[in-house]
Amino acid sequence: MSLDFTLHTVPSVPLEADVLSTARLAGCTAKEAAKLVVVHGNQSAEVGEFFRVSGAAGGEISLTGDLSRVKLIGAGMTQGSIVVHGSVGMNLGAGMTGGEIVVEGNAGDWVGPEMSGGRIIIKGDAGHLVGSASRGSPAGLQGGEIVVFGNAGNEVGGGMRRGLIAIGGSTGDFTGVNMLAGTVVVLGQMGARTGAGMKRGSIVSMHPAEMLPTFTYACSYRPVYLRLYLLHLRRLGLPVSDQALDGSYQRWCGDAVELNRGEVLLLEPTQP
Amino acid sequence: MRIHETEVADTFAEAFAMRAARLVITADTAEWAAAAAQSVTGFATSIIGCKCEAGIEADLTPDQTPDARPGVSVLIFAMNEEGLGKRLVERVGQCIMTCPSTACYDGLAAESKVPVGSQLRFFGDKYQISKVLDGRRLWRIPVMDGEFLVDDRFGVQPAVGGGNILILGRDGRATLRAAGAAVAAMRGTPGAILPFPGGVVRSGSKPSARYKFLHASTNDAFCPTLRAVAPETQVGVDAGCVLEIVIDGLDLAAVETAMRRGIHAAAGAGALSISAGNYGGGLGQYQIRLHSLLAP
Repeated sequence: MSLDFTLHTVPSVPLEADVLSTARLAGCTAKEAAKLVVVHGNQSAEVGEFFRVSGAAGGEISLTGDLSRVKLIGAGMTQGSIVVHGSVGMNLGAGMTGGEIVVEGNAGDWVGPEMSGGRIIIKGDAGHLVGSASRGSPAGLQGGEIVVFGNAGNEVGGGMRRGLIAIGGSTGDFTGVNMLAGTVVVLGQMGARTGAGMKRGSIVSMHPAEMLPTFTYACSYRPVYLRLYLLHLRRLGLPVSDQALDGSYQRWCGDAVELNRGEVLLLEPTQP
Repeated sequence: MRIHETEVADTFAEAFAMRAARLVITADTAEWAAAAAQSVTGFATSIIGCKCEAGIEADLTPDQTPDARPGVSVLIFAMNEEGLGKRLVERVGQCIMTCPSTACYDGLAAESKVPVGSQLRFFGDKYQISKVLDGRRLWRIPVMDGEFLVDDRFGVQPAVGGGNILILGRDGRATLRAAGAAVAAMRGTPGAILPFPGGVVRSGSKPSARYKFLHASTNDAFCPTLRAVAPETQVGVDAGCVLEIVIDGLDLAAVETAMRRGIHAAAGAGALSISAGNYGGGLGQYQIRLHSLLAP
């Protein structure tokens, strides 16, 4: 069974709706769900003022409409699934530890803050700071997976400690900035200052990138572990090419201003 | 009971409870995967002298392996989980990590796990890197051709060792022919391996000896040269050679399937008779009766 929310009134200002999560809606009837409290700007409101609710709770939630002003969807989620037929706002899946969120449209900034498990799939584009640490927070993504089929903005995976972030398109500047560990895979191009301040972890791209002078070229080789990641992403539907799977990667080690134990892997272009 | 002209003795194979692990070895080419598999299953014929028994279960195509490269599936058996864990660390470290381009993955979905990669990682001298993908921790250990990738832990499950058939033939050539046919039929049985060279053992043993310092000695009851002097000989006057095929399996059904295939193949290739090795039923947990195996 699925609890279905259809947006009937677009919020005029951001709507904080952390109740739209399997963690909060477990066991709720449609009527009970419509009575749950959300924050519209600086005013309390009820879910039913914005959504028509139907169905019954059974571990699945369906959201329909342009939710690009709705924040904190899937917050604290531990299991189950959420499917969004549309776009979502900031802080999708904040603090989630399990389950899966699929967004068929775009996502706002800060997808998966404080996330430590589960999977978020964005079929469109994502904003800045995907899987990145909140300002003042010591660590970003601490586990789980975030997969964006389109492009993403700046600071993807900033300060991440564990887990996997995959971007099907391109990313902005500072991809993997201050990374502690984990893996960021970008099938497209990366902006400037990739891996700045990273301690450990892997940043992978299928395109050349301008490396910071605090990164040192090690060698060109074919990392077997990457095949597992790329095959995994291909199974999730990302367009991973055979060239990416079988090709050689330049290994750059850095950032020397930190532990110098991180790596940036750049797919080498095939010889004509 | 007879199959074609081959007499099948009314006896049973006595098999034992063991613990097993499955390694999936991959490499850039099937040849290098096979080289690692041959090495890791070497000197692993009998638990008595080798501390484990091992064999190649199957060659794997790229679509059957975690990294989509050619591979080989290998089964390793020992008497308990602790012993098996030690053997895995030794063998994966010495025989697979050393082999160019290889990676080694856990091939069992077992609840019980033993540490392997988490031990071998120290070879990386603090340059090793851990990766966790979909809940599975792997270790990237830097080596001179790049990295050796190995699962952190390997599944271990209850298994059955020591299934066997004894093929009695008129002479060495005829018996080898029958044994070869049996091995060809038994190989590829899912979940089963034949740990001896070429799948065949000529020095079958009994679990006792007249020497006090020995735990096992030659199976005199099936030595044709001792037919005149061994008090409990099982060799008929027309048999000049006996060869044994030992089967270890992930479960009893796998062992029985392999034995059944082997008996039919050996009988079809001219074996005089087929028997099985047992110790009176007092040692092993499993008694696999040949006639029951062949019952329709």
